[in-house]
Amino acid sequence: MDYRLDFGWLGDAVWLIVGGALMTIFLIVVSAVLGTLISVVGAAGRRSRIAALRSAVAYYVELIRNTPFLAQLFFIYFGLPSLDLRLDPVVSAVAAMTINLAAYGIEIVGAGLDAVPTGQREAARALGLRPAQVFVKIVLPQALKVIFPALTSQIVITMLESAAVSQIAVRDLTYEADMLQAKTFRAFETYLVVTIIYLAMSVALRRLMIAGDRRFLPARIR
Amino acid sequence: MEFTLWDILRNLMLAARWTLLLSVVAFATGGVAGLAVLLARIAARPWLRRPAELYIGAFQGTPLLMQLFLVFFGLPLLGLRIEAWSAASVALTLCASAFLAEIWRGGVEAIPRGQWEGAASLGLHYVAQLRLIILPQAFSITRAPTVGFLVQLVKSTALTSIIGFDELMRAANAINNATFAPFTVYGFVALIYFCICYPLTRYSRMLERSAARTR
Repeated sequence: MDYRLDFGWLGDAVWLIVGGALMTIFLIVVSAVLGTLISVVGAAGRRSRIAALRSAVAYYVELIRNTPFLAQLFFIYFGLPSLDLRLDPVVSAVAAMTINLAAYGIEIVGAGLDAVPTGQREAARALGLRPAQVFVKIVLPQALKVIFPALTSQIVITMLESAAVSQIAVRDLTYEADMLQAKTFRAFETYLVVTIIYLAMSVALRRLMIAGDRRFLPARIR
Repeated sequence: MEFTLWDILRNLMLAARWTLLLSVVAFATGGVAGLAVLLARIAARPWLRRPAELYIGAFQGTPLLMQLFLVFFGLPLLGLRIEAWSAASVALTLCASAFLAEIWRGGVEAIPRGQWEGAASLGLHYVAQLRLIILPQAFSITRAPTVGFLVQLVKSTALTSIIGFDELMRAANAINNATFAPFTVYGFVALIYFCICYPLTRYSRMLERSAARTR
């Protein structure tokens, strides 16, 4: 074995890598926010009185959870233009990540909603809050508190899966790595550096979410 | 050359055999390797436990696509000849071993302390305690998440198309390039993955329910 690792190319590549990492961060921030919102709406829909709505949400969850992210991404980016719905790569990536995250998020948020004791709801109603207020002010914050660790994990998983969006030419971290290794012929070193960056990003995202949880969500009611 | 719907579906289903084979191989070899990682992870000695923790953290904290690339470009540097199939199965095996070890660790930790103590008081040594008392119970209570992970693994195999392994997704890309019918092709692809994964998801949920009943 006479191969020597060479990281000499790294100096010129720093800004490309930073740019790619920023794109990855942008994608996960947007889809985490949208995905969480859809998860809340979806989980409420899953528990609504309208049967058609309940089963529509159930079908959506099953369909997304049982197909690969890459297939969803390609279907949105390559398939939807057949229906005259042409999305640019970044929008397709955000759409695919949001749809994917929400399918898992609906189950997670739902479990949290079920974990809030009925007494909380009844007490809030007795205090004269309207049903919408009960949901937003009483039930949801407590549910979010319970599910936050699971939601955090799912958001990290979505960020890691977002590496696949390089395949539709979104200039994320993986895309920049692909371009760099084609130029430097140092594929192993390039992917090693980028893998470590992904690892650092997932650790940082997890820490950030935990800090946000402590800062903004109420203490858990037992 | 004209492609009928049946031609598209038939070729996709032929390629899906490779998806299935890769999933089964990665699950089986990943299970064996995962058992080794599990044993290291639950060991009392830090020089065994720490590396196992790092191993699991590294695979759970990085994209599978990167793991595939590192194996695909890394193994040749060690002088090993490698093709897409071997890179795909090695990477998925490593990844599966980390995830399965972590799932089973949850099972081991859920076993009450008294089970260990009871086994020890019967005069069983550490290996026999694990083999006869702890692991059978740990595997039994983690059956549902283990099957759930198999669903993840089947879906993960789609990424191996990117390093050039000819499974369902790569066949779909090729057929799409020949037919210019992406809506149909990727629609069928999603359907085939769904037909593989959905029964497993149902099975996992059934295991979960029966576990909840017996508890």
